[in-house]
Amino acid sequence: MGVRKGIEVSLAISEAVAQCNVDLIAAYPITPQTHIVEHLSEIVANGELDAEFVPVESEHSAMSVCCGSAAVGARTFTSTSSQGLALMSEIFIIASAMRLPVVMALANRSLSSPLSIWNDHTDTMLVRDAGWIQVFIENGQEAYDHMPWAFRVAEDPDVLLPVAVNIDGFILTHMIEPVEYIEDSVIKKYLPEFKYPIALHPDNPLSMGCFAMPELYTEAQKARDNAVVNSYSTIVKAWKEWEQLTGRSYHPIETYRADDADYCIVTMGSYGETAMEVVDMLREEGEKVGAVKIRLWRPFPFDDFYKAVLGKNHLVVIDRAISFGGPGGPVASELRSALYSKQGAPKVINYVAGLAGRDVSRHDFKNILLDAKEKVQRGEMEGYTLYGLRG
Amino acid sequence: MAKPMEEIKWQELEPGAVVREVGNAREYETGTWRSEKPVVNADECIHCGVCWLFCPDAAIHQMPDGHFEANLTYCKGCGICARECPVGCITMVAEEEE
Repeated sequence: MGVRKGIEVSLAISEAVAQCNVDLIAAYPITPQTHIVEHLSEIVANGELDAEFVPVESEHSAMSVCCGSAAVGARTFTSTSSQGLALMSEIFIIASAMRLPVVMALANRSLSSPLSIWNDHTDTMLVRDAGWIQVFIENGQEAYDHMPWAFRVAEDPDVLLPVAVNIDGFILTHMIEPVEYIEDSVIKKYLPEFKYPIALHPDNPLSMGCFAMPELYTEAQKARDNAVVNSYSTIVKAWKEWEQLTGRSYHPIETYRADDADYCIVTMGSYGETAMEVVDMLREEGEKVGAVKIRLWRPFPFDDFYKAVLGKNHLVVIDRAISFGGPGGPVASELRSALYSKQGAPKVINYVAGLAGRDVSRHDFKNILLDAKEKVQRGEMEGYTLYGLRG
Repeated sequence: MAKPMEEIKWQELEPGAVVREVGNAREYETGTWRSEKPVVNADECIHCGVCWLFCPDAAIHQMPDGHFEANLTYCKGCGICARECPVGCITMVAEEEE
């Protein structure tokens, strides 16, 4: 096995990307993503990685450069956050439409205004429907592991889609954690050479991103949706291959002490670790609680989700973003929709918590669970509650 | 295209809807957009090619006698050629209702 290092998670991400032997990195610095690209630029400048580092003038340009790079079949990486993601959103969407396998480390942060640099999931929800494969990770080791995994999935000839690895800003990016590094030779074995079947090349001319009439747009969208849905099998296969090499297993939906649980806390990202802690704490107090963690957000793993929750009584869904004027947090809204016509569907009680880095501890999770039980008794389970709101 | 676009099924599209066939934009007959057409007075045309240079759709071609004419299958009737012609030999004429 590899060497264990105590390292800032951002730097571990950079070093994992370098181990993947990327050809091009184009990025613009933005808090809390900065350390990721800063360290990659050092690695390239030191001659440790033979790659192009393109210090672009904006995130819109960063994603444009990434699209051009992937289009010629180069292994391509970028990283952004919040306002940067918003600025690049035009090209972000095009990357998936044109089946360009760019990999992004997305350091999740709130959107202005009020201007905030801290962590929540409002930025990623902006691009929920953009056609990228999206996963959420819970700790530094998972961040490191998901860089080779993301390239492995994105560049698979059966997939050819961009992949965003969502990493909670500061809560993960700026933590110093023990991370086990995997040897270059193992990563090389795991990650085959990128052979892009629709690469731009003078010997085999083709046009990308062409104009289409209404007669063709619907068919193009169906083909795109089909590509995202079908990526599931490669996603799971790539996790299994990683498990065989490293012993660490990952699944689209993960549960913790949930088998006999009356209430399950549902989270995405780093809150999954807090949820497991609070489950242990409350189990000791005799409460039948468990945790359900959504790792794969797109394509949404419906069957895994049903397997995890059908027959359970209550899901307490913690969202980290608001849909203004909408039916609830984006995660809870999707789960309610997925469960609507299912027999044995649990009740969904929705909380929006931890916006813009407001701390949510085990104590807060416990308060949320107590409040959820009261809501269930009163039969008030619609909509959502902003946890910790004053006034 | 191999078959008319209204017959293509989603499974038949290339990944990313890339187009491998060169120049198939010519199948899109933009002349149907036109409400006015450019009419060239060939006797006054000085064969300078300014209209050919300015046409945004590359719809203007030189004829064997040297003067320029618009290909009405693609000409959208924008009128730029008439505006730019240095001798004013191009007139925009309203299309008649069929």
